[in-house]
Amino acid sequence: MDLIGIWVAAFLTLCIYSFLYRDNPLYRFAEHLFVGISVGYGIVLSIHQGFLPLAWKPFWEAITFKDPSGLWVIIPIAFGLLFFARLSPKHTWLIRYPIAVLIGYGSGIAIPNVLRANIFEQTRGTLQPFGKMTETIAANGDTIPALSTFEIFGAILMVIGVICTLTYFFFSVEHRGPIKGLSKVGIAFLMIGFGSAFGNTVMGRVALLIQRVDFLMFDWIASFGTIFNSIF
Amino acid sequence: MFSRLVNMDRRYVFILVALAVIIPMLFSVSLPVSISEPTQNLYDYIENLPKGSTIMLAFDYGPSSLAELNPMARALLIQCFRKGVNVVALTLYADGTTLASTLIKEVAEEMNAIDGEDYVFLGFRPGATQVILGMGTEIAGVFETDLSGKPLSEIPMMKDIVNYDQIDLLVDLASSATPDAWIIYANVQYNLKIGAGVTGVMISQMFPYLQTGQLVGLMSGILGAAEYENLVGMPAKGMQWINVESFVHLLVVLLVVIGNIAYFAHRSREET
Amino acid sequence: MKRQIPLALCFLFGIVMIITQFSPHPVSKSIYERVISGALIIGPFALVLATITLIQTHINRIQRRTEHWGYSFVVFAGLITMVAIGVPFGPENPIFVWLYRNVQVPMDATMFSLLAFFIASAAYRAFRARSTEATLLLVTALIVMLGNVPVGDLIWNSLLSLTGLDSIISQNGPSSARGWILDNPNLSARRGIILGVSLGVISQSIRIILGIERSYLGGGD
Repeated sequence: MDLIGIWVAAFLTLCIYSFLYRDNPLYRFAEHLFVGISVGYGIVLSIHQGFLPLAWKPFWEAITFKDPSGLWVIIPIAFGLLFFARLSPKHTWLIRYPIAVLIGYGSGIAIPNVLRANIFEQTRGTLQPFGKMTETIAANGDTIPALSTFEIFGAILMVIGVICTLTYFFFSVEHRGPIKGLSKVGIAFLMIGFGSAFGNTVMGRVALLIQRVDFLMFDWIASFGTIFNSIF
Repeated sequence: MFSRLVNMDRRYVFILVALAVIIPMLFSVSLPVSISEPTQNLYDYIENLPKGSTIMLAFDYGPSSLAELNPMARALLIQCFRKGVNVVALTLYADGTTLASTLIKEVAEEMNAIDGEDYVFLGFRPGATQVILGMGTEIAGVFETDLSGKPLSEIPMMKDIVNYDQIDLLVDLASSATPDAWIIYANVQYNLKIGAGVTGVMISQMFPYLQTGQLVGLMSGILGAAEYENLVGMPAKGMQWINVESFVHLLVVLLVVIGNIAYFAHRSREET
Repeated sequence: MKRQIPLALCFLFGIVMIITQFSPHPVSKSIYERVISGALIIGPFALVLATITLIQTHINRIQRRTEHWGYSFVVFAGLITMVAIGVPFGPENPIFVWLYRNVQVPMDATMFSLLAFFIASAAYRAFRARSTEATLLLVTALIVMLGNVPVGDLIWNSLLSLTGLDSIISQNGPSSARGWILDNPNLSARRGIILGVSLGVISQSIRIILGIERSYLGGGD
């Protein structure tokens, strides 16, 4: 990294960390600069990596008869342009057209795929261990050993966990009697799930902090030596 | 005393956290890391691919997650370049474009990998689901050129690659729900094998997919990065940072324990 | 016109996408591919609209002189600089890349790293074993935290060898316990959530296609 870059990055890093003491103008400056720069970056990428190659190029090739078969792109482009109806209060309703197309398309594409990936496969995964209670022979002739006692316990626990968690989310019947019991067990499983998520989140957030301290200590502070050497 | 502990200014906690990071960083600590099964599975899967195979690497993260995911990407790229496995990289995340392109160039230079022959960086396209589905038909239909604007038809490595049929594995380095999208659309529709490297926040969500085999392997946050660096035999930032992380985790555990003791002691004193 | 056509479009595209995914006929395949390409083209327009909306928000802040309105100029300065360099010269331009690497990356990374401080503070101040459920959550989090770092196993193994229990109890307790928690009770809970959410997504999608769920049309006539 170049020296000016390191110092700019370090200054902005420290501006943001100043928030830990309390909210202040330096933090607000950095926060707003961040919004502006990242939105600007997003606009550039959306134009160069989205709009130009996906919409403009095929459109231009179609109207200049380089590739007339591509004229169909006028239809999605017209739908895309309707998004800007949002900017005119009188014509805002036109935005419903592209939204309806995207939502209809998204719903249609989701139904079979979500069903297969998340319902069938996850159900299969829940029951699959029970097919390995005894020694089995795989299609390629390999012997698959039977599950150990602890693994069988794990498989049973998993089924209980899935059923109880689903029961907790099942609001069509009142949670009384045995349903209440199942739902309580479901809460226990959910708490373990959230607890593990919290433990992992701590790891993630701390890693981000370590990376910034690493930068400040080994790039920025180390640059003091470079400056000192170049002066003296 | 207990009430003072319970109501302590949070800035004291901030100082403790900062010290728990800075002090271990000054003294380089190196503790052994054991390899977890999901990380080992991902490593083995790539290791068992024949030379000349192609993997797709999705850099689905921005700068806010680079601490966890850049070390993973680096270790994965080293493994692929060393083994002669070609890499088709892309991102579904606008913010990740320059981050990914810079990292790939850095690692390629270290490993003497050549742009267009050993790897290609396609860049970014908006509309995650559409991009995933579109590439199932034809990659060039979504990415006509690489990031630098070179048509895919002129890139030697892409000569025989049309769609997912020629891709042996996709590894999604993710900071949001993109692995779900890759599984739901690319794995289900096109039978593409999928592995993932995810941030700490997402680890717990990935385990149902691991058990069903919808994910062939998983790197879990900075720990996964450290494990993978170990497997590749090139310990770097991941290994350094997981060691520093140890001290912060100990501090948080200690804070929770002290917080609880102080809270219950304070409560029982108030009740009596 | 204002409601019926969008509902019809939604139904048409929904049904077409379902049918074409199951039919291997060339016409069906070609329709499927065209619709996906079309959806790819529509997407970027929504991004441009989102940007315009953000710009409008900051213009409003300046016009109405709301609190800290002056900082909206900083937003514009950053935005205009990036656009002025990036749009004409492309995202690989060295100055654009320099600004990204030295301004956007450090700020984005630092902003999120602040959460490390807040999560530690929250753990100290709010993570209390007040009930059985809360205790379960707390204990799991502590085990996972210790299992996630090498020092957890180090402490465990040292304690075992100090007490002479290493011949009875297995080594690397925290990382093994973490692995089991993630792979079993956590997996069950997450699978329950995945199944529940997915059933919800499917039923909602059917309602949308059939025009029963219309909230995406917004209010008005």
